[in-house]
Amino acid sequence: MNDERRTIGTTGAAGRGAKGASPSSAARSLAGPGARPRKPVTKAKPPAPAKTAPAKAAPSKTAQSKSAPSKTTQSKTTQSKKAPTKPASGSKGPVKAAPATKAAPASKSTAEAPKATAGKAGPKKVAAGPPPTSSSSARSTAKPRLRAVTDEDAAAAAAAAAEEAAKATRTAGPASMPGIPLEEIVVAIVQAAQRVLGSDWERRLATSVSALRRRLSGDYEIDAFGFDPQISEILVNAVEPLAEKWFRLEVRGVENIPAEGGALLVANHSGTVPIDGVITGYAVKKYGGRNLRPLGADLVFALPFVGQMARKVGATLACTEDAERLLSSGEIAGVWPEGFKGIGKPFAERYKLQRFGRGGFVSSAMRAGVPIVPVSIVGAEEIYPLVGNVPSLARLLGLPYLPVTPFFPLLGPLGMIPLPSKWIIEFGEPIRTDAYEPDAADDPMLLFNVTDQVRETIQQTLYGLLVDRGNAFF
Amino acid sequence: MGRVVLVTGVAGSFASRVSRALAELGADGGVDRVVGLDLRPPEGDLGGVKFVRADIRTPVVAKVIAVEEIDTVLHLDLAPAEGRGSGGAKERNVIGTMQLLAACQRSSVVSKLVLGSTTAVYGSSPRDPAMFAESASARGGIRSGFPKDAVEVESYVRGFARRRPDILITTLRSAQILHPDIDTPLRSYFNTPILPAALGYDPRLQFLHLDDALAIATQAVVSDRPGTFNVAGDGVVLLSQAARRLGRPVLPLPPVGFASAAGRVIRSLGGEMSPDLHRLLTHGRAVDTTALREIFGYELQHTTEETLEEFRQAQRPGVLAVLGGAR
Repeated sequence: MNDERRTIGTTGAAGRGAKGASPSSAARSLAGPGARPRKPVTKAKPPAPAKTAPAKAAPSKTAQSKSAPSKTTQSKTTQSKKAPTKPASGSKGPVKAAPATKAAPASKSTAEAPKATAGKAGPKKVAAGPPPTSSSSARSTAKPRLRAVTDEDAAAAAAAAAEEAAKATRTAGPASMPGIPLEEIVVAIVQAAQRVLGSDWERRLATSVSALRRRLSGDYEIDAFGFDPQISEILVNAVEPLAEKWFRLEVRGVENIPAEGGALLVANHSGTVPIDGVITGYAVKKYGGRNLRPLGADLVFALPFVGQMARKVGATLACTEDAERLLSSGEIAGVWPEGFKGIGKPFAERYKLQRFGRGGFVSSAMRAGVPIVPVSIVGAEEIYPLVGNVPSLARLLGLPYLPVTPFFPLLGPLGMIPLPSKWIIEFGEPIRTDAYEPDAADDPMLLFNVTDQVRETIQQTLYGLLVDRGNAFF
Repeated sequence: MGRVVLVTGVAGSFASRVSRALAELGADGGVDRVVGLDLRPPEGDLGGVKFVRADIRTPVVAKVIAVEEIDTVLHLDLAPAEGRGSGGAKERNVIGTMQLLAACQRSSVVSKLVLGSTTAVYGSSPRDPAMFAESASARGGIRSGFPKDAVEVESYVRGFARRRPDILITTLRSAQILHPDIDTPLRSYFNTPILPAALGYDPRLQFLHLDDALAIATQAVVSDRPGTFNVAGDGVVLLSQAARRLGRPVLPLPPVGFASAAGRVIRSLGGEMSPDLHRLLTHGRAVDTTALREIFGYELQHTTEETLEEFRQAQRPGVLAVLGGAR
């Protein structure tokens, strides 16, 4: 987490390249020579109290330098905190008041701009994958730079403040407008964009704006199932912190995910809410580089929003037609044959596999001639421990079960936060189906045997993984 | 010697174009004469088509077939109800088809029947597979309205096929044509300046290009292609995507009571919403056209997206078109 934040902040610093230059001086050079005389004025404002007490200003500046790399929002608070201290110490009264108001909104706008763009930059950074070496080198340069800023500022403070005072009296007539000069807003935005998006911020901003524009004009492709790769990528990035930080996901047997061609992933189902499907999809995309096409129950597609989202991230109905269509077109499909019996089983029966449906997944895989990859998921059972069920209400709502967990509905929405269990997903050795006879898919005995083989593999792996994991939460 | 073709429902915007296209083929193209049958007079010029004004729900049809020595019937008089009253449409769709089939069964000259059916026979439900093949049937069941009519008509035609196995029968299940001049429920829906949509649902839609529809209907008449075939442009477009491309704002309405609410919104904007459209606009539908390509032998010229794009260019730009800009 820390590394990530640092890369967000420091890619900008590395790009700016000027050793010992303050952010605003870089911005000044960007804004052109016209902005040059103006800029010191803004910079001089924060250190203005330094004139009366230079010793006091220095520590506050170091505090800022410390907080700056950690979080942009924090740096905002320190900046805006500093702004109000100035008018208090200011002895110049009316002359000083104008710059003070000027400084506060300026810092606000710089802080807001990165916030707005941060969301856009985040996923893109993951996709682009900046090499770790560059970010670490950027980090090392970043610290001395910020120290240099404090020194420079402290030194320039007195002279700049005097100049400012002179200028304020000089331009009192025409420049008496209360707002922020447009130039400074532009400079602030440019600075913010640089900080968030890095040195090539103009290009990156342009690409993200054009991507948004294409999105808004409907100019994107989906496949026949409704799979939208752009949405799916956003979801993978959104799920990453949940999987890696909250569930501390460990993935084993990544090499068993085929790099190309179709495959059928068969996994155990648990957790009251099908989060295991989402996390498995994330693991396949992140570690295997493939898109998982989950096959879901019809209830998923009947629910508003859920069904719409499920189709966009690649899910489709668990039926023979769709399964065979996906597998024969070379996609990786995922099934959870236990279905609602697995996901809605009581906590006491955790990690005990339920009946594996009618084995339809085996015949689909055989017809398409693709391997079956058994997937064992440990950790999903503990996220919402199902201790009770309200069957009558569930029937009324048309749901297969209505869960009662230790925290839901007792704590209301808080109870909907999944417990932070430790997760292990193991992709097992693929079971080949292409060696069977063509009419094997119609042989029920063979289908039952293969189904049992897959089921036993997953069950045994689950026991092994449970031993490996130890405590469920720590 | 060419064929003598009877086109039913010739006053319809698509049927009149097909009949004109068939008439223009002429004897060289394998069509001697084209007779158009409808209760309403056609709006446009029918060219070389002989128009017979008769009610398809009456035994007059049998006389027309006998007098004109019809050997090929192209049954296109299958249309969803216009407006709210659906009684008349059902009467025309189902009883009309029964009369037509009865007439064909009597005739010794008729050798081919082409039925212009619709993909609505597959219904629209959350239990649908992603794409329907011809062997599939409606999963969610079909309760009423035009889809039910179409299912019944198809079952009558299957019964007719059993009774007269010597007659070639082609059933074309077409998606809706999206073209500014062809009157379909989806066209009138996309003509409204604000598009009501079911909140939380984003249906997948398929459109058929007019050129493809004309070519396929002509080919089914001229050459022998027995069987049932799905006809729709390749690929799918989401409703939200289509709305963005057309630059029209979407008005999300609660899914409960969506049909009446959407109908009210569209009527207040001066449009008309077909009573059976709301299910398609909630769950969507897509069909597999492999059989059309491999068995019928027709390569679709326009995808769903291209059809939509052509439609967009013919439309006035929507309110939100500035967001998308020129592409």
